[in-house]
Amino acid sequence: MQFGIFTVGDVTTDPTTGRTPTEHERIKATVAIAKKAEEAGLDVFATGEHHNPPFIASAPTTTLAYIGAQTERIILSTATTLITTTDPVLIAENYAKLQHLTDGRVDLMMGRGNTGPVYPWFGKDIRDGIALAVENYALLHRLWREDVVDWQGRFRTPLQGFTSVPRPLDGVPPFVWHGSIRSPEIAEQAAYYGDGFFHNNIFWPMSHTKQMVGLYRRRFEHYGHGPADTAIVGLGGQVFMRPNSQDAVREFRPYFDVAPVYGHGPSLEEFTEQTPLTVGSPQQVIDRYAAMRDHVGHYQRQLFLMDHAGLPLDVVLEQIEILGTEVVPVLRREMATGRPAHIPDAPTHASLVEAAGGGRDTTVHAVDDVTGKAPEAAEASR
Amino acid sequence: MTTPGTSTRRVAVVSAGLRQPSSTRLLADRLAEAAGTQLAARGVDVDLRVLELREYAHDLTNHLLSGFPSPSLGEAIEAVTTADGLITVSPIFTASYSGLFKTFFDVVDADALEGMPVLLGATGGTERHSLALEHAMRPLFTYLHAIVVPTAIYAATSDWGAEQAGDGAGAPTGLARRIERGAREFADFVAGREPRQAADPFAVPTPFEQLLAEN
Repeated sequence: MQFGIFTVGDVTTDPTTGRTPTEHERIKATVAIAKKAEEAGLDVFATGEHHNPPFIASAPTTTLAYIGAQTERIILSTATTLITTTDPVLIAENYAKLQHLTDGRVDLMMGRGNTGPVYPWFGKDIRDGIALAVENYALLHRLWREDVVDWQGRFRTPLQGFTSVPRPLDGVPPFVWHGSIRSPEIAEQAAYYGDGFFHNNIFWPMSHTKQMVGLYRRRFEHYGHGPADTAIVGLGGQVFMRPNSQDAVREFRPYFDVAPVYGHGPSLEEFTEQTPLTVGSPQQVIDRYAAMRDHVGHYQRQLFLMDHAGLPLDVVLEQIEILGTEVVPVLRREMATGRPAHIPDAPTHASLVEAAGGGRDTTVHAVDDVTGKAPEAAEASR
Repeated sequence: MTTPGTSTRRVAVVSAGLRQPSSTRLLADRLAEAAGTQLAARGVDVDLRVLELREYAHDLTNHLLSGFPSPSLGEAIEAVTTADGLITVSPIFTASYSGLFKTFFDVVDADALEGMPVLLGATGGTERHSLALEHAMRPLFTYLHAIVVPTAIYAATSDWGAEQAGDGAGAPTGLARRIERGAREFADFVAGREPRQAADPFAVPTPFEQLLAEN
């Protein structure tokens, strides 16, 4: 089971000091957070993608490559990559490049994005959200698996004889998760391809999460990828911890009460009761998250949102330290208890290479001007 | 024709009155009672669920801000979206239905009331606001693709004291007559339709091949 953190890259005022970080500070903080996650023993760092203030999460592969150069082990992922408004050709190129640079420490989570104006800014229509996700991913899937692609669809200019470069590292595309909160179509899409399904349940009651994951598992089996309980499931979460739970509540409440994503609505108590937000002692977090599998079955990835509500960087780093040293080691043991041997781990580059019977170089060389064939093929046919 | 096993219909009553007791709730109860009588005359039992929106006022605001309903609001929404018919009454505030009334229908899925018979009522201080039913409330439910019955019932304060059976023949007049006419129209639609089958998008998803082909 993988544990990690995800960030949406929001620039939020610290309500206790009135100070708002600069973009530069927040961008650098994101790097510090990712490095801390690795140091604290976590497995995954994922960044969101946004194209509007107050977010600094545009250009995710730039951020991830920079982090990749300064880390050794942590998996670099997204939460989410906008499959609707980003050209699938650019996704194919950017993430394959990232895969090479980081020696395979990459996977992605596809999402549609719910910021209305982003669609028209990128020449799309939000009403086509599902159709865009379906068509664009179908193309991306082919671009990583076929050297030469002829393609035409509704939303993008056609491709004739197109090769996306670089080819995926070792001939193995990055593993893909599909994230959706409400749309059964996306759970269906993840099941169809045998990809992972991530339910970002941080603002949703568990009854809904259970329904979405249940659908994905049933359809995963339907499409012949294996028994429902072997489908690859990820969940979101968010926590704030202090050794004494009253201290955690006292310290976090001023942040919660005015946070753009939490504030002015349900009370902290209602919100923690109805969503996975847990504000309390490390033991309370352990108890809450160890029980997640009772709702969705044995799962593969748990990501936590730690840099939320305008918390200052030093507090976020401290929280990641507590998560990595006091919570996750216990959760790893708890989650392993009673986990049947046939439940897979989340695929990694190494496991995918192994499943493919070993890595192979899939470099596509330029075609021979005379024969129209790749040099080796042209050579062989002479 | 009513067949055994389909002789019960679920009717949700949504009242957006703010005070207790409220004349809005009073009208809602009168409409529910009249609808029950009319349905009984058609051999249909009514399973009634009455919702006072004031009890959900905080939860509704929270839902707007958080994007998800509290468990009790979730049940209230489900009671409405799974009903075979809806009776709903709002006070008229500032030329239209109240904000609380609108908030409730804002958090109901836009297609959840499709094809549902709806009987509308409204209350106000004077008769001068009665057309708010036709100019504001009816278009809201038309947008939601509900079947709004032709008679919508408005009760002004003075209606509660008006002569109700003044023609000597015992036939109701005034507000009572309008209630009976609306209830009759509503009962015809509700009794004439099969009990509603709640669509569960999680039970039968659109197959992915179809999603691909739709592109």
